[in-house]
Amino acid sequence: MIEMKGISKTYRVRRREAGLGNALKSLVSRDDTLVPALQSMSFTVPDGQILGYIGPNGAGKSTTIKILSGILRPDSGTCTVDGLTPWEDRKKHVARLGVVFGQRSQLWWDVPVMESFLLLRDIYRVGEREFRENLDRLTELLDLGELLRTPARMLSLGQRMRCEIAAALLHGPRVLFLDEPTIGLDAVSKLKVRSFILEQNRLCGTTVLLTTHDMQDIDALCSRVLLIGKGQLLLDGDTARIRSMAGENLSTEESVADLYRRFGI
Amino acid sequence: MRKYWSFFKMRLMAGLQYRAAALAGMSTQLVWGVMEVLLYRAFWLEQPERFPMGMEALASYIWLQQAFLSLFALWNWEFNILESVKTGAVSYELLRPAGIYGMWMAQSVGNRLSRAALRMVPLIAVSLLIPAPYGLRPPASPAAFGLFLLSAALMVLVVCAYSLLVYALTFYLTDPNGIMVLSVALADLLGGAIVPLPFLPEGLRRIAALSPFGSMQNVPLRIFSGDIPLSEAPAAMGLQGFWIAALLSAGYLLTKTGLRRAVILGG
Repeated sequence: MIEMKGISKTYRVRRREAGLGNALKSLVSRDDTLVPALQSMSFTVPDGQILGYIGPNGAGKSTTIKILSGILRPDSGTCTVDGLTPWEDRKKHVARLGVVFGQRSQLWWDVPVMESFLLLRDIYRVGEREFRENLDRLTELLDLGELLRTPARMLSLGQRMRCEIAAALLHGPRVLFLDEPTIGLDAVSKLKVRSFILEQNRLCGTTVLLTTHDMQDIDALCSRVLLIGKGQLLLDGDTARIRSMAGENLSTEESVADLYRRFGI
Repeated sequence: MRKYWSFFKMRLMAGLQYRAAALAGMSTQLVWGVMEVLLYRAFWLEQPERFPMGMEALASYIWLQQAFLSLFALWNWEFNILESVKTGAVSYELLRPAGIYGMWMAQSVGNRLSRAALRMVPLIAVSLLIPAPYGLRPPASPAAFGLFLLSAALMVLVVCAYSLLVYALTFYLTDPNGIMVLSVALADLLGGAIVPLPFLPEGLRRIAALSPFGSMQNVPLRIFSGDIPLSEAPAAMGLQGFWIAALLSAGYLLTKTGLRRAVILGG
């Protein structure tokens, strides 16, 4: 169960005009602009749900994920994930959490993937039996096989993403955050990743929070969608509802673009 | 503890694969050692009575220095950590149920040991073959050898603790290069890299010996040859212990506050 209540976060951005004169001026007086990333964000996710979290770039999606994973502390508001406040009980919280950032890697670059997995086993203190069971299941579902013996740097993006997802699930987390997991993947890899996420959710009841710009991800996976823009929650409903709000005969992609326009974000 | 041990093992294994780098390093250090010995030999032949160290002790110092260079050379930074703080990839490490400082320490020690492991054996073997007083001599006594091993271990911890402090400062700086260059320069002078500390003028030598840099290569390399006698070794090693504690706690606190105010930018 994820609960967010009135979470706000403001970033401080240092701005100045271009040019040497302005660069010198900024040595003496700095002009900080406050950029609100999240404004009183509240929502609840029950156990076992697959939730899509969408919004244009800069809407506050990643900020939300960072706050929920305990690596960013908000300015105000409360938040609990299974009873723990992420940034207060970081170590305990992250032990039950799996995270995949599509644009970053958590595998060690120069060593075979299996070495990374063994290290993760030790870091999360996964028992040998549980580790074997999880690994066998993930290897089969994600078709890892030979990949385990390959250094991460020699994997294709699709292969690597499958390994990244497996890496996030080795310790059997109850909550999984996926930040653009299908970014840059080809059609086959996308389908594989999607069907795996559904399977994982069905078999293990894992709660999944997914941010993406790929509306087919949302269509295929999510029972519920949150739309945010300029740091505020604009819409909370199922995929069908989003579609019904937009004009007839629009694809999900177009209906979302239509929504962005309508909310002026 | 097990998780930090695994981190250490991982870094050690990853480091052991760079064979070409090890080969290049080995030959550089061999040539460097020969040149340094020849240089000091010229001075020594001229006025042996004004030498603050015996030629044999000095030659052992130089050869051990070349063999264990990767263990203490400050420029042997763990760039993975620096990069991760600069680019924000450090966020992934925060997603682990482990202390980030412990993980960094384990990685740094693993990195240095793996580099040294590949280079030291051939260098020690070759320098033992060089005739006295220009080659590596056996340790002054079994006790000196034991203390050498212990203070070498302490040295690795001092060096890593110092590096970690620099990584921690990266949270507060846009670019840590300045502080890195300054650190390397100070360590070269005050740590006994360019010339061993006994060759420095008295005032500077005292400051150097008390500084954190003086607790690095200076201590084990001189204990080995007996240039730091057994009676003075415990005090020098006590000072090493002090610097480990001081540097680690300073860096730990900086990291803790740094992470509290850290904002990891970009999606």
